[in-house]
Amino acid sequence: MATTVTNPGPKVNRIGLPVIEYRGGKTTLCAGCGHNAISERIIDALYEMGVQPERVMKLSGIGCSSKSPAYFLSRAHSFNSVHGRMPSVATGALLANKTMMGLGVSGDGDTASIGIGQFVHLMRRNLPLIYIIEDNGVYGLTKGQFSATADIGSKLKTGVVNDLPAIDTCSLAIQLGATFVGRSFSGDKKQLLTMLKAAMAHKGTVMLDVISPCVTFNDHEGSTRSYKYMQDHEEPVGEVGFVPSFEEIDVEYEEGSSFDVEMHDGSHLRLKKLPENYDPTDRAGAVKTLMEAHENNEILTGVFYIDTQKPAFTDLLNMVDEPLALLPQERTRPGKQVLDEVMARLG
Amino acid sequence: MATTNAGAPSAPAKQGEPAATPSKPVINDFSIQVATVNGSGSQSANSVLLRSIFTMGVPVSGKNLFPSNIAGLPTWYTIRASKHGYVARKKEIDVLIAMNTETAREDMLSLRPGAAAIYEESFNLKQYRDDVCCYPVPFDKLTAAVCPEAKLRKLVKNMIYVGVAAQLLGMDMKAVEDSLRRQFAKKQKAADLNWGAVEAGFNYAAQSLTKHDPFVLERMHATEGKIIIDGNAACALGAMFAGVTVVTWYPITPSSSVVEQLIDYLKKYRVEPDGKASFAVVQAEDELAAIGMVLGAGWAGARSMTATSGPGISLMAEFAGLGYFAELPGVIFDIQRVGPSTGLPTRTAQADLLSIAFLSHGDTKHPILLPANVKECFEFAGAAFDLAEQMQTPVFVLSDLDLGMNNWMSEPFQYPDKPLNRGKVLTAEQLQKAGEWGRYKDVDGDGIPYRTLPGTDHPKAAYFTRGSGHNEKAQYSERPEDYQNLMERLARKFETARTLVPAPVTVQTGKSKVGILAFGTSDFAVMESRDQLKKEYGVEADYLRIRAYPFAKEIREFVASHERIYVVEQNRDAQMLSLLKLDLPAAETTKLRSVRHFNGLPIDARSVTDEIVMQEGI
Repeated sequence: MATTVTNPGPKVNRIGLPVIEYRGGKTTLCAGCGHNAISERIIDALYEMGVQPERVMKLSGIGCSSKSPAYFLSRAHSFNSVHGRMPSVATGALLANKTMMGLGVSGDGDTASIGIGQFVHLMRRNLPLIYIIEDNGVYGLTKGQFSATADIGSKLKTGVVNDLPAIDTCSLAIQLGATFVGRSFSGDKKQLLTMLKAAMAHKGTVMLDVISPCVTFNDHEGSTRSYKYMQDHEEPVGEVGFVPSFEEIDVEYEEGSSFDVEMHDGSHLRLKKLPENYDPTDRAGAVKTLMEAHENNEILTGVFYIDTQKPAFTDLLNMVDEPLALLPQERTRPGKQVLDEVMARLG
Repeated sequence: MATTNAGAPSAPAKQGEPAATPSKPVINDFSIQVATVNGSGSQSANSVLLRSIFTMGVPVSGKNLFPSNIAGLPTWYTIRASKHGYVARKKEIDVLIAMNTETAREDMLSLRPGAAAIYEESFNLKQYRDDVCCYPVPFDKLTAAVCPEAKLRKLVKNMIYVGVAAQLLGMDMKAVEDSLRRQFAKKQKAADLNWGAVEAGFNYAAQSLTKHDPFVLERMHATEGKIIIDGNAACALGAMFAGVTVVTWYPITPSSSVVEQLIDYLKKYRVEPDGKASFAVVQAEDELAAIGMVLGAGWAGARSMTATSGPGISLMAEFAGLGYFAELPGVIFDIQRVGPSTGLPTRTAQADLLSIAFLSHGDTKHPILLPANVKECFEFAGAAFDLAEQMQTPVFVLSDLDLGMNNWMSEPFQYPDKPLNRGKVLTAEQLQKAGEWGRYKDVDGDGIPYRTLPGTDHPKAAYFTRGSGHNEKAQYSERPEDYQNLMERLARKFETARTLVPAPVTVQTGKSKVGILAFGTSDFAVMESRDQLKKEYGVEADYLRIRAYPFAKEIREFVASHERIYVVEQNRDAQMLSLLKLDLPAAETTKLRSVRHFNGLPIDARSVTDEIVMQEGI
């Protein structure tokens, strides 16, 4: 029998899918937009983690950021909702089907201004949702007005100076009860990818503020969200490492300035080269570090805080194991004897 | 007082003049008004009165007129006993129980001649009226004798008036005791203490008061097999039996008790043997979040609901438009109160109709179900969930404070005979067979497309939901023809809704030129008014009760077959009439005449009758 030459085909991940199955539609955002880089990292993270695309729900609000779920993972249901209200839609969707992975994409305007109320309550509830803020400090889709994460003293292209302090979404999220809080930069491929993968292993609210420069409206001199500014002011709080549950844990890891957290699914988050005495399970310490860095004009990145013990909102509600959305009538409509009993009591 | 508008005498009566002479007994056909201070615990006493009359087999209804306050402001509870079965508010008060010193004088002055008044002795109300039958009672003295514990006296005092009224009205004390023991079912000590107070009141009246008013209760058999329930509990039950799984809410009067009672029912009947819940309830941060959660859950396939009132509806406007345009199921109960703004938050109205019909911006319209009684609260709650999933759109159920928060007699509710209708949802297997599908494609010609749920295990199942323009495949589109096609299909879908919503209820002779159109709780007053019109003026008016929007075709036919149509509703701006005008052929709209009631109190039959008689020129 003759030897047949088999085409090795495209490279596939651990569930047998090539990376193309994680892609989305062609982006309509500006060339060079940080958001596109984030979409790419999300694709890489889903691919590398071997997530079944149909098991993901993508949720977003309104704005440039919130358009981006159209540009990755077309095989997942997606919901581009209303401005600042993605958290409530995500909450409803995850209550209806808690077996899904929730991936939320918001922006700094969508989160820190119109959506701050829902953001605050989302963090409080610790809903199992990966909440990504694509943070560029401006409203892009309405052409460059300041958002509430813009730093005091930063300048618009038109020369207008921001005279109000920035809302630090990371400190806020830590204070309010989110259980995985970090900041990254769209230009830092390795760190962002690692953090996204770790986020996918976490059960609870993951709040990732990703600085994502707006090349059209906020990448100029005087901006504190430009590529240049980030290159000069980004200060990683240690190095983020992640060993997924399906990989072997490498035995060697440095004691002392490192921190190893076993996550819900058996994965390990490894924070290395941390500043002395930095404890990512200490809320107050994390907030203090963030506030001090802000005063020094440093933009800290990395995983600031993690808590793997606090129950997720979906666990707190003690729901049945199956998705509520798929329960058959026999389990959602009580029998006739129940109505008879209630009627008898009212008679 | 402000809650009745029966004519008050112009000058106070002179002291010492005799009260009205007793006339022919008025049996099982009068109203009682209890005037108290809110927070004084009179609710139990009033419930006992109401249930005692019910237990005696006499048709009865009760209405709580309460202030937006927790304690210290005037509150009135009116009970109407009616052998004819009329349960609408009766304008005239026949028996007053005056317990509130602040309103006592005004309460007394508002009575019509021949009425009866039971009151705290020290109020000395006889000085104001010589044409009212007066029954002064030393409440504090009687209370102190039966209730040694001083801090309980404020509560127990209310049961004294139950006893006095029971004696004067000839109530069956067995019925009173049964009702009282039922009220305090789990509290034997409280039951005994309160029963002692009832007896003390009864004995005092028997020994010290001479009856000289005509109002008496006699046993009937008109309430056998019936239940008493409030509309909000009925909505809650309806939702539970409709298989609701995700419930979100933000507290607001008068809707809070929909969800509070639903939580009780769900905890009792929807927790599985392993202790896990087949539901999720979230108290949201506001109504914007409540509706967002409902639509998110509906999108993901759950039966989801929220309950609110006017101000909450306003906050839900943006999401309602998204729900319409992105085609998301969800059920919203609006227990209407008086607006605009905070308005009169503890008073009733039917004034959210227009704002809900078109809630949101752009071209938007929503199906609305209009229950008129507690039975329909139960049934329409179920219908709303089916309709929302069938139509893939938010569905509103419009109740009101009068229906929602008051106790009503009813036939027992029927167990739903149809399985849940979950609408057009494609499974992975169906997708596999179909090959291609378009989320917003009108395959069946009824305007209703097919949807898939997140998590459907098929590579082609997913689609992108958005509030921005989209084509049949749910792809972003700003093409003029795509938008127009979509809007036209949504209009077709709304036409389909006409055939799916509850049909109107019609009472007609087929000969009358006069027709009445009404909806919701105006029904009680209209039914009674029709009898008044016939009995007093010889006018036989046909009647059609609208039970949903969009309007079923029968409504158009009813208007076409009458010369003059009176649209009765509880708002200032004739909202139902306006909505009908948009729907009816232009020539028909000139037939519509308006009867409106908007003072915060439930509409009464006399107001309807007087207005129709005036407009008819009789």
